[in-house]
Amino acid sequence: MTTELPPGLALQKVDERIMTLNVGPQHPGSGHMRIIVQIDGDYIVACDPDPGYVHRGEEKMAEYRNYITNIPHLERPVIHDSCNILYPYVLGVEEIVGIEVPERAKYVRVIASELNRCIYTMYWLAIYGIFLGHSTMFMWPAGDRELLIDLMEKMTGARVTHAHFVPGGVRNDLPPNFEDVCLRQVNYFEKRIKEYAAVFYDNPILISRTRDTGILSRQDAIRLGTTGSVLRASGVDYDLRIKEPYDVYDELDVHTNVMKEGDSYARSRVPWLDMMESCNIIRQALQKMPKSGSVRTKLKPNPKGKGLNSVYKRVESGRGSLGCYIVSDGKTEPYRLKMSVGSFRNLIALPYLLKGEKLGNMPSVYWSLNYWPVEADR
Amino acid sequence: MSSDSEKPSADVKPEEKTSPPAKKPEEKPVDLPAFEKGISDKIVEKFGDKVEVAFVKQDRVGINVGRENVHDVAEFIRDGLNYDHVESVSGVDYPQDKEIEVVYHIGSYTDSSLASQILVLSTRAQREENPIPGNDATKLPTLRDVFYSVEFHEREVFEMFGVYFEGHPDNRRLLLPEDWADLPPLRKDFAIKGR
Repeated sequence: MTTELPPGLALQKVDERIMTLNVGPQHPGSGHMRIIVQIDGDYIVACDPDPGYVHRGEEKMAEYRNYITNIPHLERPVIHDSCNILYPYVLGVEEIVGIEVPERAKYVRVIASELNRCIYTMYWLAIYGIFLGHSTMFMWPAGDRELLIDLMEKMTGARVTHAHFVPGGVRNDLPPNFEDVCLRQVNYFEKRIKEYAAVFYDNPILISRTRDTGILSRQDAIRLGTTGSVLRASGVDYDLRIKEPYDVYDELDVHTNVMKEGDSYARSRVPWLDMMESCNIIRQALQKMPKSGSVRTKLKPNPKGKGLNSVYKRVESGRGSLGCYIVSDGKTEPYRLKMSVGSFRNLIALPYLLKGEKLGNMPSVYWSLNYWPVEADR
Repeated sequence: MSSDSEKPSADVKPEEKTSPPAKKPEEKPVDLPAFEKGISDKIVEKFGDKVEVAFVKQDRVGINVGRENVHDVAEFIRDGLNYDHVESVSGVDYPQDKEIEVVYHIGSYTDSSLASQILVLSTRAQREENPIPGNDATKLPTLRDVFYSVEFHEREVFEMFGVYFEGHPDNRRLLLPEDWADLPPLRKDFAIKGR
């Protein structure tokens, strides 16, 4: 690439074979992010991801609002997965304020969280399909998502940004007859996504563009600290729903999907397997849920933290571990709030995966990271 | 993790719902913190009064270290205690102490006994009233050679707090605009307009 130069020399000698290409930030193949790739002919020799295009300073904003009014804007980074992104924050506030959650609310949370995971994954899958020029795979998930969005609308009243989780439980109880409708929709949904195997996952075009491209070894996945489907596709059995169960996950039978290959194909398949696992979890939760009772412990209007303390809570979201570090100084608003999100942690793997790949494989490798640009910027 | 005896009673009577949340806090402080105490004891045994145990909670151990020892402690955490990746690096600004705290949340994928554990390693850098990011005394040694996964996180802390990580190969902007010329935005003296 560049040759060795004495320090202080401003101009750098550039290898004429190398071309620098800016992909994004408004390219459909990048999401809202710029990827600076250097290519030699058709091969990528270096890659430098440049997030920050939609950075909005959620963490700074949170220092100006109290624990309750933080809820609607903290879900904005991933509006399709708004229940999961609020989850660690709500768990953290519960520990800081010292409040218990009713048993029924825990089950409602688990159901909402799993439904949201499917809604997010379907959106991701739709974009993955259209990235590879597979229009059917764009339209099918986009249509099947509606089933679950309707369920969430029944449950929370909003189609996309639910703001449903609050410290002490959930905002509203389930509507009457929700259990039956949910079970029926989820059963149909599961039958439907199984059909994707024939049209997408067994498709020779997908296989030729994802098999043996962007291989991340098990060792590297651990060393780079990747998380979620990227980690599990590289053969590491790590899922916070099992390893550090929160709410009622320890009472449900959760199974982790692990693949050994670590290539783009495995990374694209693990979220799809996870959706079927989500359907299983929802069915179990519907069965075990207490049929009546309170879903919310009332808080005082302006809850305060207890002295100077800090909590770090994490949950498993659609994109991996989602951590929330809250420092409280005894006031009504957090002193500092940090969100450690899966997209940001997985981004570190992108330069390693793309190095040596063909430029044409960039979209399939990049989107297999299950990356959501807005979440990484926060 | 859970006892199976609670399962059949869960969907029968509403009165019993109050009892399971009350049980959990009783059980855990008895067995679990012993393991976390063991982790913090190992660090204290190795480094003595160079480290300070901030808290020992269920699944969380907090360690405070001075900036001159943070690299050694991190190496011991990796090699002696089997932690292998950093989940998050956060800066916390304390203007009244004239210090900025940098907090590493360290976890482990390879050691199954540590799967639910997070080790919270925090260290403090000197804080300047008029920061010139990269060219003032707000400096810390980088942990990138110990934990590779801090690479982007430390870049974020550098631009948001102005803490320069000595030895980090790539102290460039990550999220902010290229022409940002104001204070590092997550410091407390940077105020949002209109607030």
